[in-house]
Amino acid sequence: MRRAFAPWSNPDAKPLIRFDNVTKRFGDAVAVDHLSLDIFEGEFFCLLGPSGCGKTTLMRMLAGFETPSEGGMTLGGQNLAGVPPYRRPVNMMFQSYALFPHMSVEKNIAFGLKQDGLPKDQIAERVGEMLRLVQLEKLARRYPSQLSGGQRQRVALARALAKKPKVLLLDEPLGALDKKLREETQFELMDIQHELHMTFVVVTHDQEEAMTMADRIAVMDHGRIVQVATPGEIYEQPKTRFIAEFVGDVNILEGHVQGRENGLWRVKASSAEHPLTIDDPDEVLHSGQAVAIAVRPEKMLIHRDPPEPGAVNVLSGEVWDIGYLGDWTVYRVKLATGEILRVTRANASRFVDNPIDWDEQVHVTFAPDAAVILAE
Amino acid sequence: MVERSLLRRVTAGLVPAIPYLWLGVLFLVPFLIVLKISLSDPAVAQPPYKPVFEWGDIAGFFGALDLENFELLTQDDLYFRATLSSVRIAAFSTLLLLLVGFPIAYGMARAPERVRSLLVALVILPFWTSFLIRIYAWVAILKPEGLLTQALTGLGLIAQPLDILNTETAVYIGIVYAYLPFMVLPLYATLEKMDDTLLEAALDLGSPPWRSFWTITVPLAMPGIVAGSLLCFIPAVGEFVIPDLLGGSETLMIGRQLWSEFFSNRDWPLASAVAILLLIILVVPIVIYRDVEARRVEGRP
Amino acid sequence: MNRRLSLFNVTSLVIGFAFLYLPILLLVIYSFNASRLVTVWGGFSTHWYGALFRNEALLEAAWVTLRIALLSATLATVLGTLAALALTRYGRFPGRTLFTGMVYAPMVMPEVITGLSLLLFFVAVDLDRGFWTITLAHTTLTMCFVTVVVQSRLMTFDRSLEEAAMDLGAPPLRTFFSVTLPLIAPSIVAGFLLAFTLSMDDLVIASFNAGPGATTLPIKIYSQVRLGLSPEVNAASAILIGIVTLGVIGATLLSKRSVLRSRRTAH
Repeated sequence: MRRAFAPWSNPDAKPLIRFDNVTKRFGDAVAVDHLSLDIFEGEFFCLLGPSGCGKTTLMRMLAGFETPSEGGMTLGGQNLAGVPPYRRPVNMMFQSYALFPHMSVEKNIAFGLKQDGLPKDQIAERVGEMLRLVQLEKLARRYPSQLSGGQRQRVALARALAKKPKVLLLDEPLGALDKKLREETQFELMDIQHELHMTFVVVTHDQEEAMTMADRIAVMDHGRIVQVATPGEIYEQPKTRFIAEFVGDVNILEGHVQGRENGLWRVKASSAEHPLTIDDPDEVLHSGQAVAIAVRPEKMLIHRDPPEPGAVNVLSGEVWDIGYLGDWTVYRVKLATGEILRVTRANASRFVDNPIDWDEQVHVTFAPDAAVILAE
Repeated sequence: MVERSLLRRVTAGLVPAIPYLWLGVLFLVPFLIVLKISLSDPAVAQPPYKPVFEWGDIAGFFGALDLENFELLTQDDLYFRATLSSVRIAAFSTLLLLLVGFPIAYGMARAPERVRSLLVALVILPFWTSFLIRIYAWVAILKPEGLLTQALTGLGLIAQPLDILNTETAVYIGIVYAYLPFMVLPLYATLEKMDDTLLEAALDLGSPPWRSFWTITVPLAMPGIVAGSLLCFIPAVGEFVIPDLLGGSETLMIGRQLWSEFFSNRDWPLASAVAILLLIILVVPIVIYRDVEARRVEGRP
Repeated sequence: MNRRLSLFNVTSLVIGFAFLYLPILLLVIYSFNASRLVTVWGGFSTHWYGALFRNEALLEAAWVTLRIALLSATLATVLGTLAALALTRYGRFPGRTLFTGMVYAPMVMPEVITGLSLLLFFVAVDLDRGFWTITLAHTTLTMCFVTVVVQSRLMTFDRSLEEAAMDLGAPPLRTFFSVTLPLIAPSIVAGFLLAFTLSMDDLVIASFNAGPGATTLPIKIYSQVRLGLSPEVNAASAILIGIVTLGVIGATLLSKRSVLRSRRTAH
């Protein structure tokens, strides 16, 4: 079911949320810079970027806490200009959770429903539903100060969901949780979103979180969107060096384009003896152009014996560091140029005969289609 | 919709407007009146000064203002001496307060955590009881044949009754006693935050405890020392009750001088001039205090 | 953290707190003195308490003081809370610097000056001195203290709580009453108590602004004290100290209990 969900590739699909050339300035600082973006109904959408990239400002404009300096936003076709936050069909889960400390869990969840003037029995019913959804039935009468971090996070989620908003905004929803709980909660959030068929917009600086949960990710930098794509595309086909380096680990080899042979690019890199062969058919490049070649560490192979003559993409160096992580082993290989490559190998079997050791001379290879060319 | 938002904006505007107006009428205007009267001449009438402001005669009003009262203040060296002695008494009291307050604040900061909040409450508690009563309590202690003399003769330490009341010593005791919380609390606030491992690091690096006190503890407590000192010095300069009840007639303080100009001599213009003089003395420490506070607030994470 | 009290620390704490509390303790003990001479112990007696309650002028002054304190503290709480909101929530508005100055100045200005300036103002506008002039004067002074207390709470206030309320559909005014006000209420109460105490306690400003019709307790006590020690004043002081002590202990226990309650059920 979920695989087929891709309204963004359907040119006739109407977006639920549209940012149209939005700019936000705080004094002289530009937080969001002429940004346009469409988000579709039912999407789990992640705004990813380093702190200060404008992602939170973008979300706060959608919630109505900030007003765009230029440009406009629509939600379900309705222009949001001048609509105060309390009249927007959008609810937010705050980074600090912002639970009202003087109200019990159920009062917190009922708060939004009360503002709509719903009758008491309907409120009670909906609150019960929400408590079941986040599995907090037993804690309904507790106060926020009496809850653990994970429980507070659930109350914040239930409170934001109670009004059945058209869009749920989540500002670093898992930032305050420890690693184990974070992973569990990621999947829970995905299940809840799927179950309720709701549109989720998540702000996060954690690329793993974005990769796990999102249908699409918008990577932001300096107030602009650098790339909007599915997690797979972001990881495997990063558009810029910034994205390649921000999402996951990457080895960057700098060089100059020599030409094209049989549909494959030939690139002369200082770190390799022979020109590299790269299969990246979509790039449009010209000879002599400076490029960066990005190769993910897990797509590189490490060998003790020299590869057969005629093998492509060979880099030679010595093992500088070895980090054993259990599931993976990380090798840091120092090339003759002084560059350090990061190569990972899955520890598929428990025992390895004669493993590669520190200071050994090794050869690192990668397949032509393992690399991406990034125009500098 | 338009009317509603207009109404909302008017309501929202009232929030700053009401206190603004109140302070404008009951603080700023009275202050300007003091300034004006300090430039007027005394009169045997009700009110005892002239010119009284009349809207019809603005030119005559301003023409009658002069600096006569301030000239009088410079000619009569009583005011000069009172000013000097106020500053001297306040400064020496502040020094005493530091000497008395620092060990107390230091002890509080080193006390076990569960006792600390109780100790803070105990320092604040006297503040909630009447200032006047607390000063009055010392009259019974300090007077000749008073409780201090009784106690010390009882212990055989002195033969003659101590005559402390109505001396400057009594004023120092009174100020130290009354202002001690204002000194202890800021000191405690900075000392309590201090990281103990800093002292351990200093010890580890070869600095003996007494030297660490001067090179680590005191510099780090400086914001509290400055805040506490100003918090005590500023009101002490203008103090009236303590010199009046504990100090003798020879204890000159400017606040007391203002009081007697006003109530005994009924020279309102001169009293106003004294008030302006007192304010001028206090402007410098107040500006410093504001600056220190602003920096402290900004420095907070 | 490894903090230890040295002998020096303990000694300075003991001497320090003895210095703070011994005079008050002596005052209370000697209020039960049978002798007319305050400093000579003449046996236990509650005689002066009886005399106190027959002293109509003193009781009248106490009643006036209480009324002034209640009224001025109430006014000061409203005005101070508004001022604190203005200073924390209104950003830069015209005249903000002057406003801040007017809020801080009365707190650092010597009372003799505040008292004198207000008196001259009341004379200028021809307002008869008495109950109302003292009330207005006390309101002006104490609202500044309320402002500072409430402002410090508002500054640490998590604004996202208000945003959350608005996000969930509460308009600004309702957000204020359902979220902001309940959360800053303790500081407002603290501000009220501070204003009340300052008003009850004030001698200097009240002396300048009192009229023939209204004399406050501090003025009364002061005039008696100037004539010499009086066991009746000791008794009055002891009662005031008792009230304050009970009030502070009660407030502490109340806040302690609520803290304990939330801690106990926490995990």
